[in-house]
Amino acid sequence: MFIPHTDPERAQMLQTIGVKSLEELFKDVPEAYRYPQLNLPPALSEMEAIAQATSLSQANEHARELICFLGAGAYNHYIPAAVDMLLRRGEFYTAYTPYQPEISQGTLQAIFEYQSLITALTGMDISNASHYDGATATAEAGVMAYHYFRGRRNKIVVSPSVHPQYRATLKTYLAGYESLHIVGDEAEVDPLSTPDHLLNQLDVNTALVIVQHPDFFGRIFDYTALAKAAHEVGALVAVVVNPLSLGLLKPPGQFGADIVVGEGQPLGIPLSFGGPYLGIFATRSEYAHKISGRLVGETVDVAGNKGYVLTLTAREQHIKREKATSNICTNQGLMALASAIYLSLLGKSGLRKVAELCYQKAHYAAEEIGAIPGYSLCVNAPFFHEFVVCCPKDVAEVNEHLLEHGILGGYDLGRDYPSLRNHMLIAVTEMNTREEIDLLCEALQEVSHD
Amino acid sequence: MNTPANLKYSKTDEWVNVDGNIATIGITDYAQDQLSDIVFVEIVVAVGDTVKPGDTLASLESVKAAADVNCPVSGKVVEINEDLAQTPEVVNNDPYGKAWMVKIELENTSELEGMMDASSYEKYCAERSH
Repeated sequence: MFIPHTDPERAQMLQTIGVKSLEELFKDVPEAYRYPQLNLPPALSEMEAIAQATSLSQANEHARELICFLGAGAYNHYIPAAVDMLLRRGEFYTAYTPYQPEISQGTLQAIFEYQSLITALTGMDISNASHYDGATATAEAGVMAYHYFRGRRNKIVVSPSVHPQYRATLKTYLAGYESLHIVGDEAEVDPLSTPDHLLNQLDVNTALVIVQHPDFFGRIFDYTALAKAAHEVGALVAVVVNPLSLGLLKPPGQFGADIVVGEGQPLGIPLSFGGPYLGIFATRSEYAHKISGRLVGETVDVAGNKGYVLTLTAREQHIKREKATSNICTNQGLMALASAIYLSLLGKSGLRKVAELCYQKAHYAAEEIGAIPGYSLCVNAPFFHEFVVCCPKDVAEVNEHLLEHGILGGYDLGRDYPSLRNHMLIAVTEMNTREEIDLLCEALQEVSHD
Repeated sequence: MNTPANLKYSKTDEWVNVDGNIATIGITDYAQDQLSDIVFVEIVVAVGDTVKPGDTLASLESVKAAADVNCPVSGKVVEINEDLAQTPEVVNNDPYGKAWMVKIELENTSELEGMMDASSYEKYCAERSH
């Protein structure tokens, strides 16, 4: 253990506060609890500790060694070596926007570049400097819409095909808003229903409609009609995206989204057992004063040189306190930077290529799996790189068998949707070769024969 | 500091100009000076809303602070200054003129009696400056 204070320093501190010894400092703690005997194994040397930690970590199964068909919000993509190389430079290596921001021009410029890339990708006017992850960014869309209408609209309509964890986070964030109701994803609603079923939920009390694109089941819908209907009753529309899919798909700005949120992990961020990830939040400029989080702007200094600043900070909680839209300013600066580097490396055509590979490989896999006796595709719309398969057995049982073949199977939808028992959500990315997909099909076939 | 003699003033630095039963409300020269450059004005009430003393009428953001404009009277909102959203700087340049924010049809003119006149308000500001 590293303790920075020397004995003379400690003696001086004790003397300053008028205490004779360290023991005397703790005299208010009941004697029985003061110096308990801890039943700990003998201390390890650094070498022994590393050996033990390594052996524990080797018990993990991870995507680098397995053939991965698991997605459901976190995806196994190739990350160019330059991402990590640049990310780990000491000048950048912090998760935070600086507390004395203007002296950190490089960090601010990197965030500005990130914001610019996100607006280009989503078709929105502005992007904030990020949130924790896709779930919290989605929840912030709900918070923003509530405050935009100053609590006068008390309903948020959310599609059951928005990621279940995002919906749970939305409900947690908004639990304290007593008059607010979240509707549309009730247990009795068919999770695979199309967006039209949300239309009859819209009314003048609706603050926000939240849909996902591609949705949790991988499906692609054109939300133009829904957005139009929402706008007719004065509501805002938030679209949750997989940013990587936007290399191929129409940006939500084009079908009338007011807010675009999403999980930035597919853009050069490793799976890492669930985090740190990146919450994307972009919107139209008219809502700039209602959004949470940091915003970096480009300006000129007194000498006319280009410079970067944190802008519109008056809306933030350290100035506006209880009147701020959100009390979250924390962002994922480092992960935002990773995604900015990733997007810059790939460029427009590179991102499109990755998205196309995902799309094509997923469609090959779907076709092959759909042809296996006992399995059927549960697909009622075009899809991106994920699709639902109805299995002949419990998904956990199927996955156990796949794991014996070194394959990480798809997501068990029965965990979140009781009506989708035996339904597996399979994700395919550019990382999956044709041989791997064929191997998956063989292994699936074996299960149905057991 | 400019403090027109024909207006009434509140402790939270709003001015009221009464014409018949219509009260026009804005923020004072002292308030705009304290806030410094105003970059954003958002009127948070709509025409037809019923308001009472203490309600928030508008939200202001300057380069260094955020502040609310409080309603000093009871009544019904009859007009709001839509131009301020595009020209927030007039709150600094012309706080008693172009930067009026809300017009309210008064319900109870006796509420105005509790407000300060120009000389009391000047004294009130001078006390706070020390």
